[in-house]
Amino acid sequence: MSDSRPPLLELQDITKSFGGVTALRGVDFTLLPGEIHGLVGENGAGKSTLMKIIAGVHPEFSGRFLLDGRDVHFRSARDARAAGIAMVHQELSVAPDLTVAENVFFGTQPTNRFGLVQWRRMARDAAEQLKKLGIDADPMARLGDLPIGVQQLIEIARVLFSGARIIILDEPTSALSPPEVERLFAALRRLRSQGTGIIFISHFIEDILLISDEVTVFRNGRKVMQTSAADTSKAALIEAMIGKGRDALEETYTHDITLPAPAMEKPVVVEAEGLSLARSLKHVSFAVRAGEVLGVYGFMGCGQLELARILFGKLAPDAGELRVTGNRQTFRNTAHARRAGIAFVPESRRDMLFHQEPVYKNVSVSILDRISAVLLKPARERTIAQAQVEQLQIRPADVEIDLGLLSGGNQQKVALAKWLSHPPRLLVLCEPTRGMDVGAKSDVIQIVRQLRDRGIAVIVLSTEPETVLSLADRIIVLKRGEVVREFAGETISKDRLLEAA
Amino acid sequence: MASEGVPMSEAPVRHGGGAVALLRSQMRNIAPFLTLIFLSAFFAVASPSFATLDNVGNILTQVSVTGIIAVGLTFVILCAEIDLSIASIANVTGIAVAYFTMQESYVNIANLPLPGWAAILLALALCALLGLVNAFGLTVIGIPSFIMTLAMMQIAAGISALLVRGQIAYKVPDLIATLGSNSIAGVPWIVIVAALMLLAGHLVLTYTRFGRYVYMVGGNREAAEYSGLNVKLILGSVMVISAVCSGIGGMLGVAHFGSAQQNEFDTYLLDSIAAVVVGGTSLFGGRGGIGNTIIGLFVLGVLNNGLDHVNIDSFLKILIRGLILLAALVINVYAQRLRAKAAD
Repeated sequence: MSDSRPPLLELQDITKSFGGVTALRGVDFTLLPGEIHGLVGENGAGKSTLMKIIAGVHPEFSGRFLLDGRDVHFRSARDARAAGIAMVHQELSVAPDLTVAENVFFGTQPTNRFGLVQWRRMARDAAEQLKKLGIDADPMARLGDLPIGVQQLIEIARVLFSGARIIILDEPTSALSPPEVERLFAALRRLRSQGTGIIFISHFIEDILLISDEVTVFRNGRKVMQTSAADTSKAALIEAMIGKGRDALEETYTHDITLPAPAMEKPVVVEAEGLSLARSLKHVSFAVRAGEVLGVYGFMGCGQLELARILFGKLAPDAGELRVTGNRQTFRNTAHARRAGIAFVPESRRDMLFHQEPVYKNVSVSILDRISAVLLKPARERTIAQAQVEQLQIRPADVEIDLGLLSGGNQQKVALAKWLSHPPRLLVLCEPTRGMDVGAKSDVIQIVRQLRDRGIAVIVLSTEPETVLSLADRIIVLKRGEVVREFAGETISKDRLLEAA
Repeated sequence: MASEGVPMSEAPVRHGGGAVALLRSQMRNIAPFLTLIFLSAFFAVASPSFATLDNVGNILTQVSVTGIIAVGLTFVILCAEIDLSIASIANVTGIAVAYFTMQESYVNIANLPLPGWAAILLALALCALLGLVNAFGLTVIGIPSFIMTLAMMQIAAGISALLVRGQIAYKVPDLIATLGSNSIAGVPWIVIVAALMLLAGHLVLTYTRFGRYVYMVGGNREAAEYSGLNVKLILGSVMVISAVCSGIGGMLGVAHFGSAQQNEFDTYLLDSIAAVVVGGTSLFGGRGGIGNTIIGLFVLGVLNNGLDHVNIDSFLKILIRGLILLAALVINVYAQRLRAKAAD
């Protein structure tokens, strides 16, 4: 295909490896002016690595990097910004203690000729820009006081209105509500008509198909497909991403789910009664049985995070009680909860793993006191870790490699693996599939189901309806810290779940 | 900010090879070792009296007290905390052991003579108690260790002052006197004690579950907590370990110097921290160990001793020491960055 427009950005034969692990192999990539280019692929497929090369975060790689047809080499993200390339990263990187306006103009505050910040002008301009994204926030409010979704939109606004010619958005829609996504897309289309090149990464394939002109699919560090968005379908993209069909995957995308009849004969493992915590939780009660997955669904800020932390002894409730196998428990700390048979995987992998330590130490950390009294038994640790790595198909299958060298999806598997060699009574999973691609999602779903079938009680807390629907046997819905609805033994759809919250 | 297109050059083909990555990740261990070799070689050439067996013995003896104190401090710094009270606790423990020992009649201290074993146990109990107060402030109340141990530095100094009231005590229990100032087969006992304590510290950090926890808490405290480790217990323990090591160093130090008095250990605060950090243990926690501390001790020992063997202005020596410390800190922070990059 030939296009009359010269490309904004052209990458040729890019290869990048991290300490022996090859993340990208001979990738070509082209971005035209006025194009929205969708990027899909499993975790670890190389999307983020390629974007970080473009944004100057990874200055060392092999291959050619042309901007406006000229060879360039960025030494840092600063060089890339100076060249008009801006990126919104997957993790929120705002300054919560600064005002909304300061965040919008971070680093580019308007100043007068004495170098002093022009507050009034900044507030006015910020309000104007945010209105384009449909945000009606007080520019002088402290950013940290606003809901997470709004914070994410403000971060996106900062990049969209920075005047950059190339904008990279990594998973921008994960915390946004449908109307917020709509407004974001409208803003992207406006920028496209002005000639801005936009790279849009998402695991939401519907979003990709809706907004993109061109779509590129990555798998295992290679580009496996590039096509016009109009000429492809969700099924074709998924197939290109994962290579082969998987059963659990299909279920993830089914819209109506029939929950099994509650298994009343199985013993209750953990029971909560009237849990309350300051402004976060009000009289939350539920029970979870052995071999059952309880889904806890709700919007961001509904009290899920706090609930999960109470279950693992990180937070102490103001009122209410927890019973583990019938005995009342007041956890003094997380070690106490762990010894009572509770396992916990937080929503952020960064908070869960030791990036500078080898995989086997990450896997063994929570069971060390079971395998050694005083002296360590490294051989035993390695054997246990090796077994987990093989069972969960963690790649690369090397327990000596530093954890930080693994891809996100594989890190998430390690986060699960650390609880599996000595199965807990209750596994608390926060956002187990957030930011993951379909392939890794389906792996995680399989792992959780196997655990359930072994008789472990599981609580899955998520703000993504698909996650809860694909995993849970029973679902409770949290709204502003209260349980507002329970679904059990019935057929439900995503719509009904959203409605309840 | 640079204008568009300026900071760019022709795109070279670059590739971070395996050997380079390994070197980078080991920078923390290699740099202090090279510093040690360089300093030793320099002083050996500069002074004929430096590279002698006698002088090696001197250096070992000179770093012994610092070494004993630095064992505990290594645990603390591996947890990404700091203990500024080590020298004061060493001082007060040394004074306490003398306080509980019968002094000569001309020593004008209202002391409380006890049998030697009781004096030693009470002194150890005192330093452990002060360590517990540090631990309590850090973990239960939540005072940052920097501030908590700064307060403890004053508290311990205050207790020292009250015990000796400006006087000097000379007698310590026989066991302490022997370990502090006698030799066996030509090797000073204090060197043997320091070596054994360093070895014990190394074994604990490398081969025990507690040691692993220290590295995990230092590497990522949040992750340690979400892995179900009792982070507060581990942090509290390292504060107590640090105080007890300081106390032992203080008792032997008093015997080694031959007197117990106020402000006797002031220089040991900086020296101990320097030994740990110069050796390459990360100030951000989770990286390093006793092996690094030993190298750091030798760097410091060779530097202090070597500067006495060459003919330079004694006031200039202070500045040189400061500059070398600064260089070591730069390497420490830089090594952390390279390592983070290698693991990125």
